[in-house]
Order: sequence, then structure tokens, then C-alpha cells
Amino acid sequence: MAITTMIGAKIHRREDPRLVSGEGRYIDDFTRPGTLFLSVVRSPHAHARIKSIDITAATKAPGVVAIYTHKDFAKVIAGTMPAAPAFVAEKKQIPPRFPIADKEVAYQGEPVAVVLTETKYQSTDAANLIEVDYEPLPAVMDLEHALDANAPKAHSNAPDNVGWDLTYIPEDANVMKEADVVVKQRILQQRLAPTPMEPRGVLAEYSRPDASMTIWMSSQNPHFIRLFLAGALGIPETRIRVISPDVGGGFGSKISPYSEDYLVPAAAKLSGRPVKWIETRTESIQTTTHGRGQYFDVEAGAKKDGTLVALKVTQYLDIGAYVGTFGAFQACACLLSTGAYNWKHVSARTVGILTNRVPTDPYRGAGRPEATHLCERMIDLLAEAIQMDPAAIRRKNFITEFPHTSHFGLVYDSGEYEKAMDKAMEIAGYEKLRREQEEARKKGRYLGIGISSWIEICGFGPSAGTAPATGGIALVESAQVRVFPTGSVTVYVGTHSHGQGHDTTFPQIVADTLGVPYDMIELRHGDTAEGPAFGYGTYGSRSLAVGGMAVHKASKKIVDKARKLAAHIFEAAEEDVEFDQGHFYVKGSPDKRKALGEIAFASFGAGLPEGMEHGLEAVAYYDPSNFVWPFGTHIAVVEVDAETGAVDLQRYIAVDDCGNVINPMIVDGQIHGGIAQGIAQALFEEVVYDDDTGQMKTGTLTDYMIPTMNEFPLFELDRTVTPSPTNELGVKGIGEAGTIASSAAVINAICDALSPFGIKHVDMPASPDRLWNQIKASRGASHNGKEARK
Amino acid sequence: MKHKVATTVNGRRHEHEVEARLLLVHYLRDVVGLTGTHVGCDTSQCGACTILVDGNAVKSCTMFAVQAEGKSLTTIEGMAKDGELHPLQQAFWDEHGLQCGYCTPGFIMAASYLLSQNPNPTEDEIRKGLEGNLCRCTGYVNIIKSVQSAAKAMNGSKAKAGEHSAAARRS
Ligand code: FES
Ligand code: FES
Repeated sequence: MAITTMIGAKIHRREDPRLVSGEGRYIDDFTRPGTLFLSVVRSPHAHARIKSIDITAATKAPGVVAIYTHKDFAKVIAGTMPAAPAFVAEKKQIPPRFPIADKEVAYQGEPVAVVLTETKYQSTDAANLIEVDYEPLPAVMDLEHALDANAPKAHSNAPDNVGWDLTYIPEDANVMKEADVVVKQRILQQRLAPTPMEPRGVLAEYSRPDASMTIWMSSQNPHFIRLFLAGALGIPETRIRVISPDVGGGFGSKISPYSEDYLVPAAAKLSGRPVKWIETRTESIQTTTHGRGQYFDVEAGAKKDGTLVALKVTQYLDIGAYVGTFGAFQACACLLSTGAYNWKHVSARTVGILTNRVPTDPYRGAGRPEATHLCERMIDLLAEAIQMDPAAIRRKNFITEFPHTSHFGLVYDSGEYEKAMDKAMEIAGYEKLRREQEEARKKGRYLGIGISSWIEICGFGPSAGTAPATGGIALVESAQVRVFPTGSVTVYVGTHSHGQGHDTTFPQIVADTLGVPYDMIELRHGDTAEGPAFGYGTYGSRSLAVGGMAVHKASKKIVDKARKLAAHIFEAAEEDVEFDQGHFYVKGSPDKRKALGEIAFASFGAGLPEGMEHGLEAVAYYDPSNFVWPFGTHIAVVEVDAETGAVDLQRYIAVDDCGNVINPMIVDGQIHGGIAQGIAQALFEEVVYDDDTGQMKTGTLTDYMIPTMNEFPLFELDRTVTPSPTNELGVKGIGEAGTIASSAAVINAICDALSPFGIKHVDMPASPDRLWNQIKASRGASHNGKEARK
Repeated sequence: MKHKVATTVNGRRHEHEVEARLLLVHYLRDVVGLTGTHVGCDTSQCGACTILVDGNAVKSCTMFAVQAEGKSLTTIEGMAKDGELHPLQQAFWDEHGLQCGYCTPGFIMAASYLLSQNPNPTEDEIRKGLEGNLCRCTGYVNIIKSVQSAAKAMNGSKAKAGEHSAAARRS
């Protein structure tokens, strides 16, 4: 292999000049001649029966070309929307979901009709004229009581609201008895709206003569969308082309297929005109899948000396009205709940509950932030119970032997958890902070220090582990490398970059593997008409550890073939030909060398060795042998104003380890963004529905609190490097790490700050209102206590 | 009923007939054909649509096109001069101030207004000055650095009478 020069270098992103110039091309920047605009009429009710739909007035509105409802779409869309097994192979029920409602709506925002008009504004006007007569039905909004016998049903014909109930490891009632202390806690994970700054959108054009469909959409995985649409629309994959151009953020919310992904192409087929739909922000918050939406009942026991004994986890997950395509993925919170530690005993159960809210699905971290949050909260609660320093209890129980097989049979590939924590503590000045905290308390100021030592399963994933989870398609990754006669290289990948910088980092890998100058390498992605037959997309921090490896593997195939040709040209034995920094030569004569580009040129000429095909290109599918397991420790420092409940996040330190680093600038950027989203959950964001009516109360960015620049300190980052033994590049994923770690660090810091009030746990978002009430209640309680003693 | 509207966008004059209710952002994107100005919300929260109207930063989703009659508008497409990126564009590139890039045009336009008012903003003044723009990708850390670095470059280049030093692309 060539000597590493580009891998590890801080290369500035090549996609940026375009993006900073306003020349990015996002979905709404595309149009086709004769495009019609589509608006969706959506249910205003959480749960209702559709009695009738009157389109008379709308039909007469200016610019209206067509109005379609369920009966029209039923003619061109077959089957129901997919729900993958994910981490729950057997489900009790999967309510059938068609992209548009027929007789019953089950969440606010569910599509009921669509209108197609000549101009954008006309479509909203006309949509407002469609009269739908609903008979409201009781809605399931209360997760805690959704399984009661007398609870309303999310779907009127369903037996109950149980989506799944799966015990991964059953409880043994005796094991808790081994512990000296046992702590119990209910931990909430509020619903979050992923809110990429670019909402979703679809543009579809159908060619009747060719019977082919071209779809532009804002997607994290265009190949999966093509697969789903091929089935639903009855068009072979060869005649569906899905193009996902520049995408303004995804965070997991642009993985699964949505109603509009079916309705827009179907409307293009029905109307014979190109059709475009662009989601409004209100539609986005209301109908794009939500993340989290869970609560956990957790019990943890430890010995007096801090040794962890047993962890018992029950997850209650708000599925929403339909099982999201990858909705059951979040059950992995159970499988990761043991975190970075050795626990003697573990039990875990997940219960998925149907409600009348929009479905939940992966959102940055998906199950792993929940796991870290609950584990790190329980560790702090145990530390508090036995009066041990939070860092000390972690240190005592960290997993130190790798590979480590968890209670759930997952194999952690490598780690040095203590090293990362030590580094984070050093940067934070942990001991000094503890002293400052003590001083501050004497003056009535409440500083808090929160530690979160996180681990993550990512790099989805080995075929054996993932094919059952998707229902058949293994999450391997593909790449095609083409070398042109002059030695320039185009690489096609099945992953999709929407901020992650693959256009830069993947060519860095190729430059090293092929020894070709970086500037001669182009990356292409996001168009199903190009590259290998299937690509698997970008999510689950998989692009580098799986996709980057596919790129590496395809590049090595190129080197192998070029070596054969070089040997032929040198009239030498293949094993005598060396390859170094892009050049071939016969051992001992490095001065008579040929660049890969020269061999490429020769590969298009005459006189190839017997049996060798012309050209220099290769396709590779890479199937990793395991998941990869990044880790790290984050430390948050807060001050809570006991009079107002306001949290001042003063410092945030993150030491992360994602194995070898391809581009440190991009890795740091991913961590920054991830941390911000976890802090946003800890302090600000929550999707709130009215419990009685099921109406969303946070439907715009006025009410749904995306943090601004004022809300974060400058994060202090460092890293350790523990290469992954799972792949040749030694890399792990980093896209979700920040989010996985940060909510726990912040909440642990707040709980630490408020410990003088006897407050042990705080739920998210830790709003001033929530904290003020908790402080007030505890002051009241201690006041009453004094009263009682008198 | 349609209304005449004449504007100057990035130095070029445009005349169109538009609906009274047409938002300025849609005028720029759909009528003038400049799609670098983005739409990220429907309640004027996100700032993705920020442009300059007669030198003032304006969220172009909060104005009707007809209200821009006679005004001079600058969008992200008008920032680079003679093929050279504006120092703010350069700084966002250098400091990794963008990931998906959707918010970036709005940030650059808002920052250009901020620096026109306050060429040497403190970190806090940058935060206050750009709090009307949302970014979901970066955690804002590198956006702050980008604005600081652009301010430095712009002050430096003023001192050196316009001499432009392109930052190294690799380090
Ligand atoms: S589009 Fe969000 S502020 Fe204008
Ligand atoms: S870079 Fe994606 S929203 Fe700012």
C-alpha cells in the first residue's frame, strides 16, 4: 500500500466553493418544463373517520389541474409502506399504512387529498378549498396509559395499542439482592423534530413512451427509495432513476420513504406532467418522522465499593400511528444500555406503543443517545447513593479487555475508555472545577460538572447482522472506481453526502490507495443511474467504516490489475513488481518506474497479457466483519440560577475516539454539530401535543426551540486514537457521537449543580420552568421538613 | 392583478410583472432565477433567506416583491467579485463554517451586514448579530470562527489597500 500522505490531512472541502457561492443545487432549485405544484391536504385531527371529501369548490379554483384522493392513488400504488424488522424481529401488529388515508386518519398531518396546480401559490389556495368532513375519534396521546384496557385505540379496528413487546434478556429477581444499593429512576426521552434546515421535497417526471420515472428528492439513500418505489409503482428499477442532489441536512429524517415520495411520482404518472412538492417548515415539524419519544424505567444496583452489579431496563417507545420504516431501530437503546461498563447482570425489555402521533424513526444517534443517557444517569445516581466521585465509579467499572462480548452478544471491537476520560478531565481541570464548585456553593451559586462516557455501535453493518434487520437487504456498501486513459479517476459510491464531506474525504482515501494526485480524483454519489447496482446510503455513522472501505477495496482491485499489466510491460514476474506511491517498478530498479496513469493508458491499448480485459475499472462490495465501536468522554460545566432555573452552559469538553482519522477538520465539525443537537435536546427542544385534542402545539420554529448561536459555548475538543481492528483503514464512525454523548453530560451537570437541593434527577428539556419548579418543590419540602421537626 | 416591479439585483436591473402577494424570496428564486437564497421556514425564524436590501440585512421572506420596487438587492450570487470569493465566503471555506451548506448563504449575507456596521465584532457581538440565523449542522463554533477570520482579512486587506492574500488550501 502507498505511503499515507492524504489520509489524516486537513484538506479543505472541495464542495464548499460551490455552496458558499449560492451554487449548491438543492431539491427546490430543480424544475422541469410544465411542472405542476402539489399541495397536500392533511388531517387536522389526531384521529378521525373521513365521512366525505368535497372537491367541488377547489376544482373551480384558478390553476387547478387535478385533485387526487385515495381512490385515485389506489390505482397506481400497490401494497403498503414498509416497516423493517430492525431490532424487533417479531411485532404484535403493524397497522397497514398506505401513503394517503382512505377512511380513517390516525395522526395530525396524515395526507387526505392532493391538489395539482399550475403555480405554487395556487396549490395552497386550492388546497384550502377542499372540504373534508371528519368524525373525530378518541385519540391515544398518553403513552403511560395507552396499554390500559379501557384506553382508546390508535386505529379503530386494532385489538389494542401494542406494536411490540420483546424481552431481550429476562429479569432474574434475585440478582438485585447482590447489590448494596439499588437506585430506580424513570427517564424521559421527549419527542424531537429532526429539523434539517432544508425541508423535504420531491420532483417527479414520468415519461409515458419510455414508461420511465425520474425522481429528484432530498434523500439520504436514493437506492432504497428506488427499491421501495419499484415495488409500489410497478416500474422496474431499470426505469426508475432517483437523484438526490445537494441535501440540506438529514439527521436520519431523510432515510425512510414518506407518503409524498409515493404520491408525487404517482401524481406525475396520473397527470402526465412533472409534479413538484416542497415541504413547508410547518409540514416538516408535523409530518416528518420524529426522534426519541420514549421513557425508560430503570433499576441499577452496585456494591458499596462502586462495583456495578445489575441493570434492569424497560423501554416504552411511542411508535406513533404507524410503525416507521426503521422505527424499531431505536429499541437498540436496550442493547447498548450497559454502556462502557462491566455489569454483572442485565435484563432488558422493549415495549412499542401505538399512539395518534406522527411515527417515530431514527434521528441522529437513534437509540444510542437514549442508551448513553440512561446508563450515564444511572451511574451518577449510583455514585451519589454511595457517595463516590462520578469519575471514580466510571474508572472502576470501565471495560478494559477487547474484543468484549456484551450481555447481548455484541462484540465491542476496541477501546481505551479510561484514557479518553483522563484526557477530558485534564482539559476540564476536573479537580480544580470541584474546588471551584465547593467555593461557589458557599456563596449560594450552583455550579455543576457532568461526565458522560459514551460508547456507540455504528458502521452498519455486517451482512449477518443487518440483513435480518432490514428484511433482506444487507447493509454492506458498494463503490466503483474508474481510471480514465490519462490517469484521472472517478469514484462512484452508494453512500450520500449531505454535509459529511465525502467529496473530500473519499478521494483522500483513493489518493493514498492508488497513489494518484488528489486533484485528479472525483467523487460521485446520489444518482441511482450511476455506479454500482445498489447503494445503501448514509446513516448510522456508516459511510466511512463501510463505504470508505468499499472505496478502498475497489481501489485495491485497480492496483491488483495494474500490477499484472505492469509486470507484463516490464516482462517481470508479478510478485517482483513493487507498487509505491502510485508507481510500479521491478524490485531493485526503482528508477525504471511507471505511474498508475501510464499503466491506465496502456490498459486501453494493444498487447495486453493473454486473457486480460481492456480498461482499468473495478466494482467492490464491502461487507464488514463487525460493527465499529467509537467512544469517548464528554464533560459539561454549568451554572444553574436557583432563583430562575436558568442554565448557563459555561464549558463543554469532548474527547472522542473514532479510530484513525481521515480528515481532522471534518471530524471536529461532525462532533460540533452532534454536540449541539444533544445539548438542544437536554435544554430546549420538545415536540408538544395537546393531550386532549392531539393537536401539535410546537408546529413552527417559533415554538419548537432550535438553538441559535447564543446558546452554546465554543466546544473544547480533543481526541485519542484507538484504531478499529474491524477494518483495514482502522476507522470508526463519528457522525452521531456528539449527540450520543452530550445530553447526558449536560443533564448530569445540572443534577450535580442541584444536588444541594436534594434533586437527583431532571428530565429533558431542562427548561428554566422545569428546574424552577423542581427547586421550588425541594425548598418547600425541606421547609416543611424543618416545620415538622419543630 | 399583476404589479410592475423594477429592482436591481447584484448590479443588474430587472423588470417584471408580479402578483402583489409574491414574497421577495420567491421573486428572487422563481422570477429572477437566483436560487442561492434559500427558504428554511414559514415564520421568519431561520434566516436562510437573508439578503441585503439597500445594504441592510433583510429576511427576504418577510417582504413582498413589490416592496422592493426601486431597491438595490444583493444576494449570495453577488458576493464574489471577478471570480474571487468574498472574504466571508473564503473564511467559511477556510474555517469549515458549513456542512450541508443550506444555511450558509443566509449566514454570509447577515454577517456581511454585521461587518459593514461593526468591522471588528467581539465573539459576543457576532453571536448577537447573527442570532436571527439558524444552522442545524455546525453547532455554530466554526461559523463564529469564520466571521472572526473574515473580519481580520477584511481589515487587513483594507490596511494593505486591497491586497488579497488567499489562504492556503492545505495545511
Ligand atoms: S425562510 Fe426562514 S426566515 Fe425567511
Ligand atoms: S450547514 Fe447545514 S444548516 Fe448550517
